[in-house]
Amino acid sequence: MSASAKAVSAADWRADFPALHQSVHGQPLVYLDSAASAQQPAVVIDAVSRYQREDHANVHRGVHTLSHRATEAYEGARDKIRDFINAGSRTEIVLTSGTTEAINLVAQSFCRPRLHSGDKILITHLEHHANIVPWQLVCEQTGAELVVAPINDKGEVELSALLDLIDDRVFLIGIAHVANALGTVCPIEKVIEHARQRGIPVLVDGAQGVPHLDVDVQALGCDFYVFSGHKMFGPTGTGVLYGREELLESMPPWQGGGDMILEVSFDKTIYNELPYKFEAGTPNISGVIGLGAAIDYLQSIGMANIACYEQDLHDYMVAELKKVDGIRLIGEARHKASVQSFLLDDIHSHDLGTILDHQGVAIRTGHHCAMPVMQYFGIPGTSRASLAFYNNHDDVDRLIAALGKAKEIFG
Amino acid sequence: MSEAARDMQDLYRELVLDHSRNPRHFGPLENATHTADGINPLCGDKLKLYLRVNAAGEIESSSFEGTGCAISVASASLLTDAVTGLPVEQAQACSAAVTDRLTTGDQATELAANLKKLRALDGVRHYPSRVKCATLAWQALRSALNQDNTPATTE
Repeated sequence: MSASAKAVSAADWRADFPALHQSVHGQPLVYLDSAASAQQPAVVIDAVSRYQREDHANVHRGVHTLSHRATEAYEGARDKIRDFINAGSRTEIVLTSGTTEAINLVAQSFCRPRLHSGDKILITHLEHHANIVPWQLVCEQTGAELVVAPINDKGEVELSALLDLIDDRVFLIGIAHVANALGTVCPIEKVIEHARQRGIPVLVDGAQGVPHLDVDVQALGCDFYVFSGHKMFGPTGTGVLYGREELLESMPPWQGGGDMILEVSFDKTIYNELPYKFEAGTPNISGVIGLGAAIDYLQSIGMANIACYEQDLHDYMVAELKKVDGIRLIGEARHKASVQSFLLDDIHSHDLGTILDHQGVAIRTGHHCAMPVMQYFGIPGTSRASLAFYNNHDDVDRLIAALGKAKEIFG
Repeated sequence: MSEAARDMQDLYRELVLDHSRNPRHFGPLENATHTADGINPLCGDKLKLYLRVNAAGEIESSSFEGTGCAISVASASLLTDAVTGLPVEQAQACSAAVTDRLTTGDQATELAANLKKLRALDGVRHYPSRVKCATLAWQALRSALNQDNTPATTE
């Protein structure tokens, strides 16, 4: 793609996101917090709105027209999700409220009944709290041990050290596809390859992976892949657990209620088939329909185009940040996606966040729900600028200018 | 100067910047009779407040340590300046008055003469997400004086 073609595309993409076209504190908004939650394109907002206005009814239950429409749209979104991550079957797509619920589901339904005292769950030092705490809970419940693979000062997982930690007591490996605080792309292919040789299941936390990378769960060969809708330009309260059918079949239900049953009597309940066994109660119908619309939108651009555009923009942002006097980059992995954490002089990240906000620049500040990463670097938190394909060079230039203003105030 | 720049100066007043750069009474206090931790779980800010209360019930000495943003450090520093030498009851009244002024945005909560400097924190009232930074030390003061062993938290 030529440079001018890129510029045109990016301008078009940006125009698709209504929230980006507003002023904050009298300045045009520069949104650099997509890793926390991405903005939604008009097609997603419209799909949700259209459903609410015209098609709303409960799914899987009614014989009437609206219920039929709602079910078609909801299940249609499941098919889109299957296609988006190239799962083998729609039965492998369990809809959840987000990444967090999906990981808790695996911890409680897959791990808890099988874990014994002395077994291990292996994660990395890069994980965010959603890929730490559910494992700590199940370890407390079963006497298993949480083992943490180390990282280096670039913010990369030490692959050889991780592989050395794999032994016969490791029951499952949980690893981020892309680390949220630092943007590190983790070597999941190699981890999965080694784990498979030893028959150890791998859960990939794809919350920061799916918005930026082309994900093919069959090519990856992972056992579980989890992600959230709101980080990939869909509504909040939606998420996905992809699980290999054989494993999902072997797992007991996660929550009980309507929709997850075939037949209920007071003596016995027969559970529904996959994936409904794991979807108790009325789901987030409008949110899932919005997520389906987000996938249509992403596929119309193409994840490969998105990854390519974002990589260029990320590299530009990193190069420009490096020129700022007093900057310290946190997280300089060789393979990164769309995120840069940093410190500026000795300005606390919350002060920096407030000053940037006043110039219309939205960044995330603090520990990014990854306190152990901050502990590794011996800092309470960072400022984090995260990109999406709707950002452009001007956004980066505005960030740099705003940092200059912060230096003036704290000079 | 733009409105945004004026707002920034209102939040980061010279006195606030001064106290955040050069916090007064920073470090542990020997022979402290009262201590309390203050934690803001949302941002990870932590501070520890030390008080030495004498037999007459006066705060003879106070200090703090910890990490935090300019607002929370300045607030803790101003606190130690303000309460040193005060009888415990007055310090408690101070804490209530300052917290009220910061959280309700009501300037009617007048501050006693010895607390005038704390008006420097008034700017936070326009920043809902930053009010807790300013009140953290004052919550810790209440915990310390109540001999409450659970850390004061903003949540």
